[in-house]
Amino acid sequence: MSTAIRTESLGKRFGAKWALRECSFDLPAGRICGLVGANGAGKTTLLRMLAGLSRPSTGLAEVATRTPADDAEFLAEVGYLAQEIPLYRRWTAADHLRMGAQLNPRWDDQAGRDRLRSLRIPLDQRIGTMSGGQRAQVGLALALAKRPRVLLLDEPVAALDPLARREFLSTLGEAAADGELTVILSSHLVTDLERVCDHLVVLADSRTVLAEDLDEVLSTHRLLTAPRRDTAAVERMHTVLRIERTQRQVNLWVRLNGPLHDPTWEATELSLEEIMLAYLGMTQPRPEAHVLSEVAG
Amino acid sequence: MITFHLSTRSNVPPYVQLVEQVRQALLNGTLQPGDRLPTVKDVVGSLAINPNTVLKAYRDLEREGLVEGRQGVGTFVLRRPDGPPPNEQAALRRSLASWIAKAQRAGLADADIESMVRTVLRTAASEEAIA
Repeated sequence: MSTAIRTESLGKRFGAKWALRECSFDLPAGRICGLVGANGAGKTTLLRMLAGLSRPSTGLAEVATRTPADDAEFLAEVGYLAQEIPLYRRWTAADHLRMGAQLNPRWDDQAGRDRLRSLRIPLDQRIGTMSGGQRAQVGLALALAKRPRVLLLDEPVAALDPLARREFLSTLGEAAADGELTVILSSHLVTDLERVCDHLVVLADSRTVLAEDLDEVLSTHRLLTAPRRDTAAVERMHTVLRIERTQRQVNLWVRLNGPLHDPTWEATELSLEEIMLAYLGMTQPRPEAHVLSEVAG
Repeated sequence: MITFHLSTRSNVPPYVQLVEQVRQALLNGTLQPGDRLPTVKDVVGSLAINPNTVLKAYRDLEREGLVEGRQGVGTFVLRRPDGPPPNEQAALRRSLASWIAKAQRAGLADADIESMVRTVLRTAASEEAIA
């Protein structure tokens, strides 16, 4: 399978502060990739560089082996929906479709109209009088009408109610089922990502800490529990994300890099949310467990 | 035609849930040989899930020889999985339902019931191996 997006040591600095650094990952074509990270972890910065809206300070951002920031023609093949869904409030959906048709060589006007009609969004209604869910759907319909090869969505569902969120993700999934589309979708809503994504990129402290297919993520991460004991052997062999020690017990959140040989560890599966929390907490100082251990003792 | 549903609280991966629902529908007679499964796009649209999840489920069913994908037409049921006929299947299901109701009345939580079923299944399997 070909690579749709590749970054290598990608970094962006604003003044003295790095918004993103050492970001390296490959995203195979045809994936719907969830982009996860705490606020300020660099998600928007990454998406803007992939969309060609911002130039990297260091490293490389490639979309289908081309560099968006240097290749104006290629931008026609990248769809980008910013978090605030930038639409003209006094314009109707039809006005936006007409503008899109004039600005984009590969524009599929019919698909855009059909999509909005099937969602019962009137083409002649002004954006300013629409609900948040309808605005998001118009934004998505416009981004898809470009017939992009790569679609970048920056927290598109954050402000939507559960029903509007479900409808938005349905539209997105259907578009992906139709053909050759690669999607990166940033979101805090892990349950949504778990349904609609098949790949994950996790940013913590402005760096990539995980970039992998979802199945792989779920099958390699485990919670190991054992009576209080030395953890050095596990730490040598596997990647430990978090340690919790009490007087009587040790809990390890790990990524297994091979079979677990020591049967005294009891391994339980972790939900995606627990795995994400372990990664996002990795860069913060670990809370001391001594209070807990006093209780336990 | 069957409609799928997805439990997000379950630890069972989504594609396995889809496979199990097709198998159940075949066993209890909701789906018959010759029936068409919903298209990938329909399932994706109704559940808001990843298209590859549906493809993976259908491929699994195909490998088992239960369904067949026909290029550009859809995915069709070939045969029922091995198992008792639908009426016996329904009777077994009813007696399980009444057992579960009894367990719940006795105060067992769902998770305890599930682990009890798993344990008994394992014991049965090992006894069979010994016999």
